[in-house]
Amino acid sequence: MINIQNLSKSFGKLQVLNNVNLGLNINQSIALIGPNGCGKTTLIKCILGMVIPSKGEIKFKGSSIKDEYTYRDEIGYMPQIGHYPDNMTIGHIIDMMKEIRSTEKKLDEDLLHAFKLKDMFGKKMRTLSGGTTQKVSATLAFLFNPDVLILDEPTAGLDPIASEILKEKIISEKQKGKLILITSHLLSELDDMISGLIYMQEGIILLQNTTAEVQARTGEMKISKAISHILKTMNNE
Amino acid sequence: MNRIFKFVMLDILNNKIVIAYTLLLAALSWGVFSLEDNSTKGILTLLNVILLNVPLVSIIFSTIYLYNSNEFIELLLSQPIKRSKIWISFYLGLCSSLILAFLLGAGIPILIYSPDSTGVMMIVVGLFITAIFTSLSFLSSIITRDKAKGIGIAIMLWLFFALVFDGLILFLLFQFSEYPIEKIMVGVTVLSPIDLARILVLLHLDVSAMLGYTGAIFKEFFGTVLGGIITIALMCLWTFIPFFISLAKFKKMDL
Repeated sequence: MINIQNLSKSFGKLQVLNNVNLGLNINQSIALIGPNGCGKTTLIKCILGMVIPSKGEIKFKGSSIKDEYTYRDEIGYMPQIGHYPDNMTIGHIIDMMKEIRSTEKKLDEDLLHAFKLKDMFGKKMRTLSGGTTQKVSATLAFLFNPDVLILDEPTAGLDPIASEILKEKIISEKQKGKLILITSHLLSELDDMISGLIYMQEGIILLQNTTAEVQARTGEMKISKAISHILKTMNNE
Repeated sequence: MNRIFKFVMLDILNNKIVIAYTLLLAALSWGVFSLEDNSTKGILTLLNVILLNVPLVSIIFSTIYLYNSNEFIELLLSQPIKRSKIWISFYLGLCSSLILAFLLGAGIPILIYSPDSTGVMMIVVGLFITAIFTSLSFLSSIITRDKAKGIGIAIMLWLFFALVFDGLILFLLFQFSEYPIEKIMVGVTVLSPIDLARILVLLHLDVSAMLGYTGAIFKEFFGTVLGGIITIALMCLWTFIPFFISLAKFKKMDL
């Protein structure tokens, strides 16, 4: 579905992505993990066309995304920190997005109801807390029932209840066979949500595997433990 | 395009600064015309007032608006919308609302007190100056991501075109007064949209004494009709070139 070939990106002298090759397919739920500043968000923004790669190519369903924009119709993106125009209300934002997408697909309003956002439609974005803003971002990412979901630190800043709602939603979308790409620092909460993982460091992909393989290799059932096990062995080698 | 355009336009028309700008233009125009009993004198005074204020508000307001819309632009970019469409919609939205403010504030009194071709020419000049300086603001806001620097560049551009440029021309004239530099001076005038705007109105008014040095040469060089056509063509270039440079940069920008 998404094919990344020899992707490199540098900001000035800083090389953020270094020759990344990656294939992501439908029916996969993948965790993109790595230390802060390893290029996770840049990789995601490259896929979304928000950052223009210095080198390499990204293909979405077989065709290059360079100078393309219609493919984003099939992606739901939840940014790490959502930025919205201050003066707009939640209702305005959601209505505007509906107009922009003008999709004929059935809207998925599960999160809208679960987060009780309808009661806050008149609130301006400026007055919202970080957590509520994240709820709006999450709702928008799932609203148009896209085939691909890209979630950048989805549960960061959400309260435990909201975080649980979102996790359940991710799991149910995973069962529908969508491609889901999640970045997270909180390894412990990834367990039920993912079927594979990618480990990045300094712009290079060090590891790409399914969770079953990782678990078998390390003998650990918990993903967080399995990863720390692998990292330790890598460092020892 | 219509949705973003509509959003930007409505957002700006609700903005207090644009409302204040409209009222300021209205106050200045009505004031100038009721002070002068002769409408030609009124037009001349208003011309200078407009050539100072309209560029200032257009370039600074647009630059600040663009920086404040950064988040909104980022949000739009993750949606299935073409990059150029976003940028063009923002330009059209900003430009149309500032033009509307100009028409309401200055256009109405101009047409009431000077309902002839000179009045129309004044309005055309106002529209061009708004479009040109909005276009320059797109350039200054894309050059740097730092808001303070961007606004600084916008202020410098205004200062240069509104004040420094004329000083430079005078300086050149005095320095090279012994050489035949008339043709070069006509070429130099092209470099300032405000000078072009002034020449366009004065050519029309036929007040030779007010044309100034470059204007007089311009008139001698091209005559009134051809001069008018050439100035309008040049002002079109001044509108499009800065905007297209900014558009090309926006297409390659990382957000």
